[in-house]
Amino acid sequence: MARTMAEKVWEEHVVRRAEGEPDLLYIDLHLVHEVTSPQAFEGLRLAGRTLRRPDLTIATEDHNVPTENILLPIADPVSRTQIETLRKNASDFGVRLHPMGDIDQGVVHVIGPQLGLTQPGMTVVCGDSHTSTHGAFGALAFGIGTSQVEHVMATQTLPMAPFKTMAVNVTGTLRPGVTSKDIILAVIAKIGTGGGQGYVIEYRGEAIRSLSMEARMTVCNMSIEAGARAGMIAPDQTTFDYLEGRPHAPKGELWDRAVEHWKSLATDEGAEFDHEVFLDADELSPFVTWGTNPGQGAPLDSAVPDPASFEDDTDRAAAEKALAYMDLAPGTPLREVRVDTVFVGSCTNGRIEDLRAAAEVIRGRRVAEGVRMMIVPGSMRVKEQAAAEGLDQVFREAGAEWREAGCSMCLGMNPDTLKPGERSASTSNRNFEGRQGKGGRTHLVSPLVAAATAVRGTLSSPADL
Amino acid sequence: MEKFTVHTGRAVPLRYSNVDTDQIIPAVYLKRVSRDGFEDGLFAAWRANDPGFVLNRPEYKEGTVLIAGPDFGTGSSREHAVWALQNYGFKAVLAPRFADIFRGNSLKGGLLTVVLPQQVIERLWEMVEADPATEVTVDLEAREVRAGGITEPFELDDYTRWRLMEGLDDIGLTLRHTDAITEFEKHRKPWLPVTQ
Ligand code: SF4
Repeated sequence: MARTMAEKVWEEHVVRRAEGEPDLLYIDLHLVHEVTSPQAFEGLRLAGRTLRRPDLTIATEDHNVPTENILLPIADPVSRTQIETLRKNASDFGVRLHPMGDIDQGVVHVIGPQLGLTQPGMTVVCGDSHTSTHGAFGALAFGIGTSQVEHVMATQTLPMAPFKTMAVNVTGTLRPGVTSKDIILAVIAKIGTGGGQGYVIEYRGEAIRSLSMEARMTVCNMSIEAGARAGMIAPDQTTFDYLEGRPHAPKGELWDRAVEHWKSLATDEGAEFDHEVFLDADELSPFVTWGTNPGQGAPLDSAVPDPASFEDDTDRAAAEKALAYMDLAPGTPLREVRVDTVFVGSCTNGRIEDLRAAAEVIRGRRVAEGVRMMIVPGSMRVKEQAAAEGLDQVFREAGAEWREAGCSMCLGMNPDTLKPGERSASTSNRNFEGRQGKGGRTHLVSPLVAAATAVRGTLSSPADL
Repeated sequence: MEKFTVHTGRAVPLRYSNVDTDQIIPAVYLKRVSRDGFEDGLFAAWRANDPGFVLNRPEYKEGTVLIAGPDFGTGSSREHAVWALQNYGFKAVLAPRFADIFRGNSLKGGLLTVVLPQQVIERLWEMVEADPATEVTVDLEAREVRAGGITEPFELDDYTRWRLMEGLDDIGLTLRHTDAITEFEKHRKPWLPVTQ
């Protein structure tokens, strides 16, 4: 029978199947960070358990880490405790850890692919919803809660209820200045933040095929913003080229065997999805959010919508509440929305291509008066690469701040936050109330829009410069 | 984990849709390394800034059943959201739709999340707003919610229901199948990466 890619990967990982019970799935890679792991390690300790496969586990420090003065002790005592707890746990339980300052440290979803640990056909989990990022390689990758983190630590498996499959077909060709971030923001606006609930989304079509590996990660990253369990893209030559030669990629004869297998993972001709969505890339333009959930977005060319224009009661109430929080009047052209801060970073858009794109726009220009622009590379390797290309200079000369790697203002657990009432254009993935700091207001944008916005001080695209 | 069979208690009407886990518990409250003490973080921004917020109203102080709008628990996978609700005293959440990860987390941890049709949620809201002393019963055994004149069945798969009613921890259940895991490991693809 013709099967989808997600079904194939699932089937390859079933350890045990029993009538009336969820399938027990084997987990190939477990990524760990400091926020969602302490209670899991503690649970193991209390039960006298160990990690079944520390060799399939890797940890990093990302959510809490400061992005300045990283050689000094962390000022916030609670953040410090969490980092110290991870260090102790990693050492007690034999888990490889990349601590602050280490060359392989970075946001968990940036370092996995970078090390070549994320490969097609794998099951990847992490106590973090943006684990969906790894699906860009054709892996089945999903975020889990702390109880499940403990479960994977103890058993290297997870009991999983079945999912439904959705195809998001993006046809056509992206116009210049339109990026994979705009694709995914448009997808979420179309299907809604609950539209993907219960589904694994497979992104397909020529516009997806033509994306680089990093751009694909941006798309899969935000699958969770559409409510989906996971997002996936079939592995192809782009995937293999990205992986070949990375530290943990297979080598020699194993590489050939692996590639052969990976090629067999693509969804079979004639396989049926439970739901299909179509989007025409030719019609897309730079997209920004105006509200407080990632589905509340619109083309930059348009205006803040009038809540009265929403037919559904729930949507209307949500729009009213969002506009009040965002302090935006209906009908305001989005291009006129003034920001205080521009944040380039996160596991959505903190990779080298993102920094290159932003640098290209800002090169030879200045960050607008009164605007703070922060560049936070997704990992130390990205930072090093960017510096080798002179991008740090480009940003500094424009008046932007050049920081160390971490989650930073994506969620504001470290000192990088918005003040109450401040407004940001951010390349991250969530515009929830207070996400970037209590009372802060967030507009989600692509790196190109972020850079152009920094220059003009209002939401803008490079075409406006 | 505590067993869940039937719970009866007062309810709290939360008339918002899309309540994400950053609202349930903001990131600054995630720094504890144990599973308790998260009640202070529950809906912290709304509790601090909005005097009219439902949890700030004395008549809803004793609520143990939260009744929310669609897409409750979207966003971050933080299980702290479940702990915060439990630490605060909630035993069950009723909503028309839950985000998947939140739902999974809640059912692992013994916080019963119940999916009810939007109209039923609306009627419950009205009932509880008219009389905050209304008692709502969430009966896992019978798989139904009862309040005033309402008796509404809900769905939950047999396996999860059994696990919650027995108060069973997933890890213990899976460890019964260690042989199957060991057997599976013998046949994994030879190129799969190891971290050490
Ligand atoms: S960068 Fe943001 S979304 Fe990504 S893992 Fe960190 S906090 Fe989560």
